[in-house]
Amino acid sequence: MNRIRTYLNQIKKQKLLIPFITAGYPDSSTTLNLIKAAIDSGCDMIEIGFPFSDPLADGAEVQFSSYHALKNGMTLARTLRIAEQVRKTSDVPLILMGYYNPVLSYGENQFMKDATAAGVDGLIIPDLPVSEASDYMRNAIKHDISTIFLAAPTTDKNSLKQIDKSCSDFVYAVTVTGVTGGGKVFGRDTDNYLKELGQALNKKFVAGFGISSPETARRFCKYSDGVVIGSKLISLIRSAKSKSQGVRDAARFLSSVRRAI
Amino acid sequence: MAQRVKRGPDSKGRFGPYGGQYVPETVMYALAELEMSYRKLKKDKSFLAELRGYLSDYVGRPSPLYFAERFTAYLKGPKVYFKREDLNHTGAHKINNTVGQILLAKHMGKKRIIAETGAGQHGLATATVCARFGMECIIYMGAVDIKRQASNVEKMKLLGAKVVTVESGSKTLKDATSQAMRDWVTNIRSTFYIIGSVVGPHPYPMLVRDFQSIIGKETKRQCQKKFRRLPDAIIACVGGGSNAIGIFDSFINEKSVKLIGVEAAGHGLNSGQHAATLSKGKPGVLHGSYSYLVYDNDGQIILPHSISAGLDYPGVGPEHSALSDTGQVKYFSATDKQALAAFELVSKLEGIIPALETSHALAYLIAHKKEFKARQNVVVCLSGRGDKDMPIFFEKEKA
Ligand SMILES: Cc1ncc(COP(=O)(O)O)c(C=O)c1O
Repeated sequence: MNRIRTYLNQIKKQKLLIPFITAGYPDSSTTLNLIKAAIDSGCDMIEIGFPFSDPLADGAEVQFSSYHALKNGMTLARTLRIAEQVRKTSDVPLILMGYYNPVLSYGENQFMKDATAAGVDGLIIPDLPVSEASDYMRNAIKHDISTIFLAAPTTDKNSLKQIDKSCSDFVYAVTVTGVTGGGKVFGRDTDNYLKELGQALNKKFVAGFGISSPETARRFCKYSDGVVIGSKLISLIRSAKSKSQGVRDAARFLSSVRRAI
Repeated sequence: MAQRVKRGPDSKGRFGPYGGQYVPETVMYALAELEMSYRKLKKDKSFLAELRGYLSDYVGRPSPLYFAERFTAYLKGPKVYFKREDLNHTGAHKINNTVGQILLAKHMGKKRIIAETGAGQHGLATATVCARFGMECIIYMGAVDIKRQASNVEKMKLLGAKVVTVESGSKTLKDATSQAMRDWVTNIRSTFYIIGSVVGPHPYPMLVRDFQSIIGKETKRQCQKKFRRLPDAIIACVGGGSNAIGIFDSFINEKSVKLIGVEAAGHGLNSGQHAATLSKGKPGVLHGSYSYLVYDNDGQIILPHSISAGLDYPGVGPEHSALSDTGQVKYFSATDKQALAAFELVSKLEGIIPALETSHALAYLIAHKKEFKARQNVVVCLSGRGDKDMPIFFEKEKA
């Protein structure tokens, strides 16, 4: 069975902590160290970003990490090799996240097949809404890949029902209208939105985009089943004196979020 | 024999397999809202009257169909007519679309306008209508283009627009478009995104085409008046493809009219430095739609190159992809060098300085003049004026 499903069946009340880590930033071996450190810090699942040249749903941090990952020669195929490496030593559910064109270019069916073989469990494609995803979903079911679609504060009731149905195991709720990235100020409307989402959805859901402190993570976990943290980790790595220090800083931050939620 | 396909888009926003809505979920509701408003207003007599009024009194339509006598004599080929979109207010076809979209925005109650621009012509046309309608205007433009199209940047600023320099990636139209989309996702409730070509997610390729189709409608009438039949060929440059689709639109089902789109071959089709999407690309997804695109084996977009900022884009509108597959339009390309030569030649022969974008269409005709007969009539869409390109021309001449 898909590791995401198995895991969600096992845990009862525990909130999900999911880091987003760009494959190849700052380099491939640090990516692996970062994933190990995240698992050791109590993360429940790992989201590995495969870089794209034009990440239009992303803010400055993911643009930066994607740019550097591509300069380091990272590709979708090499991202699968990273997943394979992680899989050798861990059963942690692995989710790949990235834009549609690399997947199209690889071949959707072949990609899902290779991803499953590499130990990948789920997939998030931010520029592929449910209405464009019928072939994609067929391929995902065939290869036992969990499909995770985004819900946004602007999503209407009918579309939300479609999203709820189309997500295999959980929904990814975007906290605010906007791109990924730190520096967001969340008003009461985000709390209200997440609260209502919890009531509207049948599936579990995690909240993400711009969560950069244990306090915010705890606040959103009142309504959601967990949080995704990405840009904050990139900032920590970017501002650290060395790559290994960056990994330690990211791990310490993730531990503090773990304790908070 | 070319197939005839039903004019798209279909109910899913597709032209054949191309098009669609590959956007973040946040944007989906805005696309639905836009399509609904547009479909309603398109049938609204007072909206259409308002649009017609601005096109005639503000833009200056109809634009003339001009017989280019000395250029014709030079070519010793077909009779050449220019559809003078350069004579529109702000100097290009772009304003046909921005007038339409600003009226849509007004009817939808949106007060904040954003746009991307390459050559600055779309940015200028957007800044212009924003000034006219008293709306806030933010224009995204790549750092490279801000430098090479400086006069348009000054005009936009004078008109009250905020021009945001985009430093990421290509620093040209591709990244300006990405940055405009990020703004849109963030300010989706308050903001209307005026896309400048027949690209982006559905319904943009449809509505930009519809607003530009006035070019072809007038051309058809004017041809009847000038030479009492349809033209034998129509040639237009293709960046995203809005001036081309605009002039082709009325002729797509006229089998006797050869439709020719000209892309930018940059340093040459085999140089790896070009923007010849339909000649060299393959179908992929960027900026909201599935269409021909230039990308590498990993699906990463390859940085395009063209001397003309308005053609320097790795994608093309989805309807062009469909028209290319069916053969209803034939697509060719012209290099930087050929475009510069055409720019100078037409300036000297006709006293008309064409935009560097337009110069690609003219360059095609110069290179292929032998394929036309003397009795044939060829219309070139003179999509814009070239004042903005003078510094580039003189710099190249020095070098
Ligand atoms: C004068 C002129 N022609 C053509 C273009 C290319 O755009 P499109 O292919 O959408 O007509 C531009 C774009 O900036 C332009 O300024």
